Amino acid sequence: MAVAQTSLGAGPPIAPLTGDRVPRQSSVRNALAAYEHQFLLYRRTWRGSIFGSFAQPVLFLVAMGIGLGGFVDQSGSGAIDVPYIEFLAPALLVSTVMQGSSFEATFPVLGGFHWNRRYHAMYATPLSPYAIAFGQIAWIATRATMVGAIFCAVIVAFGAAGSPAIVFAIPVGTLTALAFAGPIAAYMTTQHDTTAFNSIWRFGITPLFLFSGTFFPIEQLPEQIRWIAWLLPLWHGVDLARALSLGTVGDAPLVQLAHVVILTTMSVVGVYAMFVMYRRQLAK
Amino acid sequence: MSDIAPPPPPLIHARGLTKRFGEFTAVDGIDFDVAPGESFGFLGPNGAGKTSTMRMVACVSPVTSGTLRILDLEPNADGARIRGQLGVVPQQDTLDTELSVKDNLVIYGRYFGLSRKEAARRGDELLEFAQLTERANDKVEPLSGGMKRRLTIARALINEPSILLLDEPTTGLDPQARHLLWERLYRLKQRGVTLVLTTHYMDEAEQLCDRLVVMDKARIVAEGSPRTLIEQYSTREVTELRFPVGVQETLDGQLDGVGDRIEYLPDRVLVYSDDGEAAAAAAHDRGLQPETVLVRRSSLEDVFLRLTGRSLVD
Repeated sequence: MAVAQTSLGAGPPIAPLTGDRVPRQSSVRNALAAYEHQFLLYRRTWRGSIFGSFAQPVLFLVAMGIGLGGFVDQSGSGAIDVPYIEFLAPALLVSTVMQGSSFEATFPVLGGFHWNRRYHAMYATPLSPYAIAFGQIAWIATRATMVGAIFCAVIVAFGAAGSPAIVFAIPVGTLTALAFAGPIAAYMTTQHDTTAFNSIWRFGITPLFLFSGTFFPIEQLPEQIRWIAWLLPLWHGVDLARALSLGTVGDAPLVQLAHVVILTTMSVVGVYAMFVMYRRQLAK
Repeated sequence: MSDIAPPPPPLIHARGLTKRFGEFTAVDGIDFDVAPGESFGFLGPNGAGKTSTMRMVACVSPVTSGTLRILDLEPNADGARIRGQLGVVPQQDTLDTELSVKDNLVIYGRYFGLSRKEAARRGDELLEFAQLTERANDKVEPLSGGMKRRLTIARALINEPSILLLDEPTTGLDPQARHLLWERLYRLKQRGVTLVLTTHYMDEAEQLCDRLVVMDKARIVAEGSPRTLIEQYSTREVTELRFPVGVQETLDGQLDGVGDRIEYLPDRVLVYSDDGEAAAAAAHDRGLQPETVLVRRSSLEDVFLRLTGRSLVD
């Protein structure tokens, strides 16, 4: 058998460092290294991913904005005082970002713990469970921002932006993404297969997508159940993005402030829970 | 070994080391020391507590009670620092199947704080070491089991660890791949890397381990070098006598006193003695006519089976 001669086989003896001489590695660097891993992964799939990020808003804006929107505007109900597509666009941006982020908080998390066991490999190094969780959630936020920015560009290209304030929908999308991805990722750490994923989608994400005021104002719902919107996390993002981009924040400033507070609280609590769960599941 | 110089302090020091998961005790108060440059093995049937012990030493599983010091540090307090000095080859591959062979090494180097340039340099060197240079840009998924194992070991070396932990490193590999791995591990050992491994291949333990402990039911039941364990728990040679069907049941003590110890298996009789040929002759002198007679040297397997029993553990 041919034996390759490298310095590893014939190198100098390795003297172990012990006690105080063992170096410490900065937690910030560790967290950034975990984040960097995601970029290496993305390098393989970015073309398809960017294409998808363009295609989805184009399809939705054509079908819902131009097709359905034209129909709504012609009927002239007067329920909204802007063209339907301008009403729809910021809300659709937030809803789309929310869906993508929820997805990124399920499969990659299951994979990291159980399929390719990426997290276990990372934990065998100086990385802490917190650094590993940070890498994942920071990437989800990055993707959310990318998807939101591309969506925004498509909205502008369609002439569907009511004003330049449409760009505010991007950070609202990212905040909404964190409000969903944190709790979902925390929950997925306890799962071993995709059963829960299917339930989350069927009974969570899809109904939210349909009933959070994305396609029609929440006022269309019967008065008795309208308060439910406050319990729907997506509605807070949708209503906030819409108010910002249509310039109607002044109509109900306290409601808009409440949206920010609720989404931020969900994000902080969810991401905190995610960090705790990553530690519990890795350091057993 | 010199009589004058004091022995170097152990790199791994465990006293009363215990791991519990709820009511279940996976490791029950074990003591062991691993000296610098030593290669140390944990042997034992499935469920004996080997992997739980390895996970504590790898500083990924908190110690329930007892003392564990690695590189003169406490895992529960300084786990991340210790992990920076360890190389870990887990039982189950944890390679990133979505990355290329080379990227698996580079990103791992980044976790240990290496610059991109240094991680790439060491990555190339390790690919050579693992004989995977031609596959550098391939995806991990299509690699053979042996290649994946080599890549896992290469990855574990990216930080030039002072202790390499290997949990059943060659399980599932063909003989060629196993021998290549052993040869690579032997070269690391020559460079002074301390090896700690678990295995249930006795030939692997004899090849690689200076010293080993046998674990059974969460405890250490024996400790020593392969040779001393064989001397202590077995005899120099073993004579395997295989009788025609039905004859073994009628022996009725006719072999008593032939060797130091006799063990009746369902299909054959093992006679433990220091002179296997003499034992075979003695059996013959008593008028016994086995179908086949095999005289062999005693191995770790005999020690292992004596200490941990022959019943199947699932």
